[in-house]
Amino acid sequence: MTYNNFMTLQFASKSENEAFARITVAAFVSQLDPTLNELTDIKTVISEAVTNAIIHGYENESDGVITISARIEGDTVHIMIEDQGSGIADIEQAKQPLFTSKPELERSGMGFTIMENFMDDMEITTTVGEGTIVRMSKRIESKKALYN
Amino acid sequence: MSLQIEMEQHRKALIVRLRGELDHHTAETVKARMEEAIRREDSLHIILSLKDLTFMDSSGLGVILGRYKQIIAKGGKMVVCDIQQDIYRLFEMSGLFKIVTLETNERAALSSLGVAL
Repeated sequence: MTYNNFMTLQFASKSENEAFARITVAAFVSQLDPTLNELTDIKTVISEAVTNAIIHGYENESDGVITISARIEGDTVHIMIEDQGSGIADIEQAKQPLFTSKPELERSGMGFTIMENFMDDMEITTTVGEGTIVRMSKRIESKKALYN
Repeated sequence: MSLQIEMEQHRKALIVRLRGELDHHTAETVKARMEEAIRREDSLHIILSLKDLTFMDSSGLGVILGRYKQIIAKGGKMVVCDIQQDIYRLFEMSGLFKIVTLETNERAALSSLGVAL
């Protein structure tokens, strides 16, 4: 039998919510009994995606809405982070390590690189003027033994 | 859950101890406090002491890179010490160790800069 669960979280595009979002998702993923490393990976990618939505999607306006949905299917967690912000014009450029559209804000340009590295899959759907959806998934190692 | 910053001037080196979580929300304060201290104290070098830093993302990398550029422009060096494994991984992934030196603790960091007692 496959273990299934899901949750949805919606919050304002305020930087105060970055910690709230990553801790909440980490708490949800905890039921898969992840290692500390896996949990840090999840927290970090949530932080990256939410920060992107706030800074780039909503240009630091705090009245935007960010939605995170997470779904557990067996030993894998699927996460979706969605905003209705400005969208990304050149997604290949945005994914380049060290590329940032906001160097004046001391952005490192490592957000998407970290998401790609820490998760098994990452996919971006974006439309200029409509918003961005980042979908990511990760298999939690500690559960592998149970499902193999 | 937020971030505490403790700074100590040690001759020409500014020791910056970060405790808590360094993300986009807390990076702004770190930037402002460090920028001010570097200017006011006339520090030549920065030692980032990260023993109690429990979380960091790419916003943290950005603020560290920013201070690196600031201190390098004055002819100084940046040393990082007491770093946790997760944050080590992030530094490594972003190539930060190509520009900053890693030491095990503050004492080693100070002596590597030649400012030990």
